[in-house]
This record gives sequence, C-alpha cells and structure tokens, in this order.
Amino acid sequence: MTVNSIHSSNEGRAKRPTFSRLQQLPTALVFLLPAIVILGVFNFYPALYSLYLSFFDWNGISPLKEAVGLANYKRLLDSQEFWNSLRVTFVYAGGMTLGSIAVGLLVAILLNLNIEGRAFYRVLYFLPVITPTVAAGVVWKYLFDPSQGVVNRSLALVNIDGPAWLVAPGWALAAVVIVGVWKRVGFNMVVYLAALQGIPRTYYEAAQLDGAGPWQTFRHITLPLLAPSTFFLSVTALIEAFQVFDLVYVMTAGGPLKNTDVIGFYLYRYGFRYYELGFASAIAYAMFVLIFIVTVIQFRLTRSGASDAA
Amino acid sequence: MRLKPVQRLLIHIILLAGAFISAMPFLWMITTSLKPAGSLYDPPLLFPVHFEWQNYSEAWQAAPFPRFFLNSAIMTIGITFAQTLLSAMAGYAFARLRFPGRNILFFLILGTMMIPFPVTLIPSFLIVADLGWLDTYQALIVPRAVSAFAIFLFRQFFLAIPRELEEAALIDGANRVVIFLRIILPLSTPVIAASATFSFLFAWNDFLWPLIVTNSTEMRTVQLGLAMFQGQYGTFWTLLMAATVLVTLPAILAFLLAQRRFIEGITSSGLKG
Repeated sequence: MTVNSIHSSNEGRAKRPTFSRLQQLPTALVFLLPAIVILGVFNFYPALYSLYLSFFDWNGISPLKEAVGLANYKRLLDSQEFWNSLRVTFVYAGGMTLGSIAVGLLVAILLNLNIEGRAFYRVLYFLPVITPTVAAGVVWKYLFDPSQGVVNRSLALVNIDGPAWLVAPGWALAAVVIVGVWKRVGFNMVVYLAALQGIPRTYYEAAQLDGAGPWQTFRHITLPLLAPSTFFLSVTALIEAFQVFDLVYVMTAGGPLKNTDVIGFYLYRYGFRYYELGFASAIAYAMFVLIFIVTVIQFRLTRSGASDAA
Repeated sequence: MRLKPVQRLLIHIILLAGAFISAMPFLWMITTSLKPAGSLYDPPLLFPVHFEWQNYSEAWQAAPFPRFFLNSAIMTIGITFAQTLLSAMAGYAFARLRFPGRNILFFLILGTMMIPFPVTLIPSFLIVADLGWLDTYQALIVPRAVSAFAIFLFRQFFLAIPRELEEAALIDGANRVVIFLRIILPLSTPVIAASATFSFLFAWNDFLWPLIVTNSTEMRTVQLGLAMFQGQYGTFWTLLMAATVLVTLPAILAFLLAQRRFIEGITSSGLKG
C-alpha cells in the first residue's frame, strides 16, 4: 500500500496522524503476525476452501478432483438423510436454546431476589457448563438406562413407567436435548444475573408508584431491559447447538434409526468415515448458511422486540 | 423487594431442586465409581457408603490413561500458553497501535467467531495432513494457538488501562515490546486469568479436532480415551465412572481456582457483545 492511497482515503485530516499510522505499522505487524497467520491459515482459508471443495467429487487421497458443479448440493437436497438431519438439528437447537434460556432466566430472577447462598447456587448451576461434554455424555447415558438408570428409577417412585430413552426412537432426541439444556443453563443464568444486577432500582420503584404489579413490571421493565442479553444468549446457544457433535457421538452415535443424526454427526460420517470430502463440504456449507440465516432472523426479532418496548 | 419468610422458603425449595438436578450426575458418578462391582444397582445411588478406591487404580491401568493424561496435559498447556500470549499481543495492537486497516482487520477477526467449526474442519485437516503433522502435538496445538474471543477480551481490557502509564516509558525511549511485557502484562492479571481459564477448559474438554488429527492410541487425549474406554468397558460401570471422575476433575479444579475472573469474562463479553 502506498503512502498516497492512504492520504487520499484520509482527506481532510491532519497529515501528522496519517504519518504516525504508517510509522506504527511495523510494530503492529510484530504484534499481529501470529494471529493473522494462524487465523488466516486455519479459519479464513479453510472457510473459503470448503466452498471450493463443495463443487468437487474427491476422496481426499486421489490426486484428481472431479469438478461436478452443483451436483453435491443437488444430491443434498434430494437426500432424505439431509432433511432428517436438518429436522433433528432444528429440534435439538430449538429445544436446547428455549429450554436453557427459560430455566436460566428463572434461576437468575430468583437468585436476584437477595436470596442467601447465592454463591453456593451459582457454583452448582455452573458445574455442568465446564464439565467435559464427553464425560457428561457418558454419565447421562447411564442415568438414562431404561431399567437401572437413575432417571427411570426416580420416575418409578412416582409410579411413572419411564420410556427407554436413548434406545427409543421417539425419546432419544428428547434425552439429548435434556442434557444440552442441563449443560447450558448455568451459562445463561450467569449472564442474566449480571444483567439483572445492572438494572437500576429506581426503575422498579417508579413502576411500583405507578401501581404496576409484579407481572407487569417483569413484562414491561425487566424483559425489555434484558433484551440485549437474550439476543446474545440465544444467538450463542443456537450457534453452539447447530454444531452439536460430542454429545451425540457419545450418547447415541446418531441412533436409534437416525433419530439423533444431527448435522454435525452427518457431516462427520461423510467426511471422515466415507471420505466423500466434496459432499461433506456441501453439508458444511449448508450448515454455514443455515446458521447465518438463523442469526439474521434472531437479530431482526430482538431488534423489533426491543423497539416495541421502547 | 422484601420477601416474606414463606416466599423465601419457597424460592429456596425451587432453587435447591434445580441445583440437585445440576449436581445429581456428579453425585451418581462419584458414588458409582466407589462401589464394589456387584452392588451396582443397590441404593443409595447418590451418596457413597462404599469406598472401593482400587476402582481408580484399576481404571487407570485398564487403558493407557497415563499416556492420555500426558497428551492432554501437553496439548492443554501448549494451547493455553499460546492463546494467552498471542491473543494478548494482537489485543494490544488493536487497543493501542494505529495502522491502516485496523478496524477492518479487527472485524474480520471477530467474524471468524461466526464461522462454524465444522465448516473449517475438512480443509484444516487437509492442511495438517499436507504438513505431515497428523498424529503429532503440533496438529493438536498450532491450529488453535490463537483465539479470536481472547483477542476481543484482551482488547477490551487494554482499552481501559490509562495511556499515561505507557507515555512516560515511550518518552524515555522504551519500545512497544518492552512496554507490553513490563507495563501492560503485569497490570493484566485479571484478564489473563479469565482468558487462560477459557483456553484451559476449551483444550482439556476438546473432542472433535483431536478425534480427527490423531489416530494412534499413543497420541489420543483424555476425552478420546474416555470415549474409547466407554466402548470397551461399557459394562464395567464402576471402572468407567472412576475414569470419568479422573477426566472431569482437572476441569472442575481449573474452574474453581479461577471462578470469579472466569465468570467476569463471560458476563463482560455477554453484556458488551
């Protein structure tokens, strides 16, 4: 880049700062080079190369990549497996996000009522968040054991004949969602609690003077003020949920009968078991587009929600 | 809001019920890991009355767990150290240095957080394979040596440090590297603790990437080892749970040690993000 081009892009500004911007460039490069190289090589380039690969048929070993145009995408759209995977992923992501946000918000609100033992509760609710997903999956797999697991034994105490969970086609996904929620609640709770503590008391006092009841106060003051946190939490939870892999790998391996075959696992099978790298890349890009669309919708929804309240 | 004692009690009952569900898998895991093999299904299920400590040594020897722990330790220390140092350096450049394209570069780096990991998975694997790194520590560490999230955390923290602290040193002719190492880093222990805890937990708990870039048993990490152990020893609940406790323990200890900073890290990114 020449000095001239920088000058012209900064017209109207004093010349000295422009000069010092260039002066610090070598130092900045020293500080930034490792980050640029690593993120470039292992994030940017792969994200683009994935798109390129999705137009080829390639097993990863053969020196020849066969260009197939949009065939991989066409195959994807025609594949029952893909649509099943999409449905499973949406159910998981929706259930995990809504469930963990509802429970996390409830716990945060209760903890915000000046309850004693807040630190104690916070640690207990947070433990699942930092627990290795593989370990959590292993333990829950046994808790969901149809005959001897703690879940069904507890249900039996109240005379409920529990389902076969991970081996029952209609229940396996529900069980994985429950574990996903269990693992995420603490994170949401911590973020909501911090946001709640940032709401000035005077807002509530004013609402009380105006004769607002607890529900009205919650609906018209607390919820709108929590909207930025809700946006942050729902976007991050959805992004995390769309990529779920470890839990499924350990608990169900996509079964029974592909009932928990989330898109991450579907991609793994085609990429690293069948070595269909082109097709797997098309799956990856479908996932990318999906996450992008959902994030944009989320953004719109939260924006309009916040402006309604204002 | 003032609560009546009855309301207070009710809230505690709800919170305790939730906390019980949160903690129940841990209780069951510990209790099972200490049971004699025969009494598996006997109550109590959640509180240990037996203490068969040899389950732990048996599990430790039943699979190459010493090796898995060594591998995970090397990977975790490598990633934590690299992510902290390299992300702090980048964060400093974004917070303090002026250079063309700074804002674009910063947004591009933040943008990488929006790329789902599975999208980069296959090409990253191919790059690592081309470099001849499959089944090595480089493969486990280098691709994750920088974290965009950590860069963001460090930048926010450095922006809040008063510039005057550096200006005196600059006038004395100290260069930026010296200032970064001698003045900035020592002031940054809270953000270093938060970022290092994130990195530690990320690396220790990681599964998919190590699954793909390692294939010999000697290079497997603890999470892969545990998944493998579950496949082979799935019917030996007591040993499997002993192994699960061992694999979980370092994550819990790291969290408890740095709890406050770690949670501050989450809430500050959540509120500003």
